[in-house]
Order: sequence, then C-alpha cells, then structure tokens
Amino acid sequence: MSITTRKNIWTDGTVARNVAKAPERKEEFRTTSDIEMERCFTPDFELPGYEEKLGFPGEYPFTRGVQPTMYRGRFWTMRQYAGFGTAKESNERYKYLLQAGQTGLSVAFDLPTQMGYDSDAGMSRGEVGKVGVAIDSLADMEVLFDGIPLDKVSTSMTINSTAAILLAMYIAVAEKQGISSDKISGTIQNDILKEYMARGTYIYPPKPSMRIITDIFAYCKDQVPKWNTISISGYHIREAGSSAVQEVAFTLADGIAYVDAAIKAGLDVDEFAPRLTFFFNAHNNLLEEVAKFRAARRMWAKIMKERFKAKNPKSMMLRFHTQTAGCTLTAQQPDNNIMRVTIQALAAVLGGTQSLHTNSRDEALALPTEDSVRIALRTQQVLAYESGVADSIDPLAGSYLVESLTDQIEKAAFDYIDKIDNLGGAVEAISQGFQQKEIQDSAFAYQRAIETNDLVIVGVNKFTIQEPPPAGLLKVKEEVEIFQKQALAEVKAKRDNDKVKATLKKLEETAKGTDNLMPHILEAVKAYATLGEIADVFREVFGKHRETVVL
Amino acid sequence: MPQRTLRVLVGKPGLDGHDRGAKIIARAFRDAGFEVIYTGLHQTPEQIVTAAIQEDADCIALSILSGAHNTLLPAVSRLLQERSAADIVLFGGGVIPEDDIPGLKAAGICEVFTPGTSTDTIVQWVKDNVAPRP
Repeated sequence: MSITTRKNIWTDGTVARNVAKAPERKEEFRTTSDIEMERCFTPDFELPGYEEKLGFPGEYPFTRGVQPTMYRGRFWTMRQYAGFGTAKESNERYKYLLQAGQTGLSVAFDLPTQMGYDSDAGMSRGEVGKVGVAIDSLADMEVLFDGIPLDKVSTSMTINSTAAILLAMYIAVAEKQGISSDKISGTIQNDILKEYMARGTYIYPPKPSMRIITDIFAYCKDQVPKWNTISISGYHIREAGSSAVQEVAFTLADGIAYVDAAIKAGLDVDEFAPRLTFFFNAHNNLLEEVAKFRAARRMWAKIMKERFKAKNPKSMMLRFHTQTAGCTLTAQQPDNNIMRVTIQALAAVLGGTQSLHTNSRDEALALPTEDSVRIALRTQQVLAYESGVADSIDPLAGSYLVESLTDQIEKAAFDYIDKIDNLGGAVEAISQGFQQKEIQDSAFAYQRAIETNDLVIVGVNKFTIQEPPPAGLLKVKEEVEIFQKQALAEVKAKRDNDKVKATLKKLEETAKGTDNLMPHILEAVKAYATLGEIADVFREVFGKHRETVVL
Repeated sequence: MPQRTLRVLVGKPGLDGHDRGAKIIARAFRDAGFEVIYTGLHQTPEQIVTAAIQEDADCIALSILSGAHNTLLPAVSRLLQERSAADIVLFGGGVIPEDDIPGLKAAGICEVFTPGTSTDTIVQWVKDNVAPRP
C-alpha cells in the first residue's frame, strides 16, 4: 500500500475519530506566507520501511507521536514543579501559577517527606521545607490543596519511596472535598529504581519497594483509574551525568523491570500498562534530544508489543513529561540560562512531549524566585503560541540527520538493554553497580571536557566576565522547621491516638503478609497517622537499603 | 622522609541524594594521588565526624545541594571541636548562596566552592591548605 493511501486511511480513521471527540485548535494552520501547514507531512514518494519505522501519529510504533493530532488538538501541559516552605506558602504559589496560565500542578516535597521522616525527626535537621513543601500528616495536605478543586486540576507529585503515603493523602483530601477517587487525575513519580541508580531518596531494599509499587498499580486500576501510577524517570539519570543513549536505555530497562514485577504479581499487562508514564530530560544538543524522544517512543512500543505481548495500543504508548536540564544551568551570568532553557524546551516540543517543566534561570544558585518562574513559564507560552512549531506533527521527521540519529540511539540503547538483561535485569544490574558506574564515567568525562576546554560552556570557561554576586535570591525561612514541628505536635495532640495505633498495627501485619498495602495506608492516613510513623512501620518490617558505592 | 599521602573524606551530609558532584570530586582527588574515603549518602554530622576520626582523615570535603548547609556544615565543625579533632580541615561545596558563605567560614568551614568551580581549583586548594596530620 502506498504511503498516500495509508495516510488517507489514517486521516479518515484515527484522526477523524479523534477530531470528532476533540477538535483541533484551528480549522487550518497556515504560515505567514499563507502556506498550509499540513497536520503531518509525509514523503510524496515510496520510502521502503516508512510504515514500520515511522508510521503515523497515534499509531504503532508511535515514533511520530502518541496522539493523532498532537499539539494541533491541544498544547502540551505546562507544568512547573514547585513547592517550598510550609503547605500554606506552596498553596499560594500554586494558586499564582494556575492564575498565570499554568495548566497542571507539580508538587515538590522536602527531603524529609521524600525520605519518610517527620519534621521533628533528627534526620530532618536543617532540611524542613528546603527543596519542597513539608508534609507530615493529612492536615498539611489539606492546607496544600485548600481552594484547589481536585477534580479540575491534574497533579503530579515528585515522590518515590513514600509515594503510596502521599497518594493516600491526596485521595483523602479529595474525599473531603466531596470528590471520589475515580474522578481525580495526576501522577506519582513512584520510580524507585532510578533512586538507587541516580537520585538517592530510597528507603527500603529493592524487593519490598517493588512490592509497594505493584500494590499501587493493582489498587489504582480499580480505585483511581485516571491516575498515572508511575513516572519512569530518565531525568535524574541524565542529571547524574549519563549520555542521551544511557538515559533512554536505563529508563526503559527500569520500565521492563516494573512490567515484569507487575506481571509476576499477577496483573494482566493491559490492565496496568496504559497508566505507565515516563519522564525525560531535555539537554542542549537540540537534534540529538529530538531523536532521543522519537527513539524512546519506538523502542517502548516494540518492547510492549513484542516482549510483553500487550494487545491494547495504549499499553504501547510512551507518554512522557519533560523537564529542561538543571545540570546545564550555570551560576555564572545566570540570565544566559533563559536561552539554554528555550533550546531545551524546543527540543521537548519537537520531540512530542505530553507535558513540560521549564527550569528557571536562577536554579544553579537557589530555589527560583517568582519572577524567574514566570519567565520560564512564558518561554513555553512563546513556543506554543508564537513559534508555529506546534502546528504540524513531528516536524523534523524525514530529516536525514534526525532519522539517522533516531535509529542510532535506538540501536545503542537496545544494546545496553541486552547487557542489562544478561546481568539479570535492571534490579540485579543496579545492585552490582553497573548503571551507576556507566553514569559516573560519563559524568566524569563531561566534567573533564569542560575543564580542558574541549567543551565550551558560555560564561563558564569562555566569554567570562567579572560580575557582582547575584541578588534577590529566594530564601526559605529557617522558621519553617519550628512552625512545622509545632503544627505536628498539635496534630498529635488532637487526633485519636488509639485509632492511630490500631491502624498502624494493621498496617504492620499487612506489610508482613502479602495483601495490598494501599487500603491500610489510606486508613492510617485518615486517622492522621504521620508520614514518619507509617514509614517507620515499613522500615521495621522491610529494613533499610544500603547503597553499593562504586567510584 | 617523604610526606605520607593525604587522606580525604568526602561526605554527603543530610538527606540530599545528589551525589554527582561528590563522586566527581572523589575521583579527582584520587587522580591527584590522595587517598579517598567516600561516606555514601544520608550521613548525619555525627557519622561523618566519627568516620573522619576512625579513618584518620586529614580533611573533610562535604557536598551539599539541599539548602541545609547552614545547619549541617556548622554541626560537623562543632563536633570536630568537641571531639578534639579540629585540626581536620573542613571545607565544602554545592548550591550555596554567596550570602551564606561568610557565616559558614565564621563557623569553621575553611572554604566553600560554588557551582562552576573546576576540580583542578579544588585539588590545588587542598594541596595548599591541607597537610598530613601528625
């Protein structure tokens, strides 16, 4: 069948069905010279392999995008990651962002919350409210989402080891707003494997951690069907220093491990796989990044179809969030970071991301100020509304360069996945330190390249100037810790402590057995058991993870 | 008699999981001929000081990007004094605002390196400022 015939079938079928449900932004899209921007440009000659390698948007192998109309239907979700200090301060920042035109929330939690410690724990000293909002109990979560209707926004939560607890709190807050759990939507990161590999906020050993994750998959498919139960993350792998190929390879290898674990836990692949999402980094090398996103989509589609025999096309779709690369931002001449972020955001859009966070110019110095966050959001809005790149789907397809890079990234990443399979899979390879070593070698080579001037970083090792120390940085007040401890003490004084004890006891028994943990976490949370108390139960039963240090 | 090799303890205090910098600097120290002990993640100030004393470290390099530096770095300094080990040279690096540096230096942190510093600069600083403890 010719490409043109296939395209007509796609237009009359896949596209028409989609447009009937959700019309495109405009009747037609035209350039300044009145040239029509087609929905999806394709070769007007026969190109062997076109169908298998590229296909059409919204169809297998999804190289050209997961949706049939992509940004002609609706732009990506502009989702800025935010959260600091107390729940009340973060609540104000969320309302500000929503009012500024942001379309989804993304919650940053402080490190104690991510590591399962309450604000009054010894390990929390100095960390409370610093890199995100401090959440000790349901009471904080109620304040965090006060006045934000949870059936109207989708919320992404960057939370991993303690994801089950925060998800339970979110469900409980929604219930208090009169919204049942089948109406809420959002994402929990819930990707523990990259924590062992690159990000560091792990608590328990891999095995029980994987059980918590599969329990979440199983619980959500019935109770919270619109929730994305995991965001399998290459972002942090890249931030830790990996190359683009390693980012894709290690992320998809983790994806394979989660699918394997869920199938072993008795779930049917098509029951949970449509809720899996991914999270990637966008770096400065524009064309390589675009190719990376396209390669990742094609690889995941193949993996799900061929390796896991998924039947539902939704199981094969790699939907992803992108964040621009924090590690490329410089403390020197920080305004230059605005340009870096623009290039990276463009890469994400040309690569077909579903949602995007653009970093702020001052992030190499401190948490971003409100002004910096606004510029970052405006960068996305300029790309969406002014640049025209959102008017035609997968606009770089067919470029010899981009198609070649896409193929080469795919091949190199599959080679890595084979290596990881041979080591016994992602979990086993991580415990041997394989991925960590690979990432560190890349990170070290990158640093050396900067120091030997093989790699130019504008404003750092070339085009430097004398500049005054930056002013007007955001400072998180040290009082947050004191305030948070007081609030926690009040919660503990007011709650029914017998009920807390009973729910924690029940949770402990469940943790020792094999039943799904989620309903019991939800009960404990509703009784105002604290995050630290719940995590302590698991620490007691599951133990703590010790990292494999490889230098 | 030739001086013995410098022993450097690289530590990650607090809950911060960002260890890219710590591992790069550990490797740069090793390549510079120092003996390097890396603590791994999630160390309390107490654990870091205990390790430094047990391992006979000449200096402690702390990497911190979580914003908890004003609490955790002085805590390490205080513990070194309490344990009569104040001659172990303490320094650090990470995402640390300029404004915080004078306070940290007053609290006994000898030097603070901010983003963009080359590993050569840090290695040279160690060579100039740290001597093997008697």
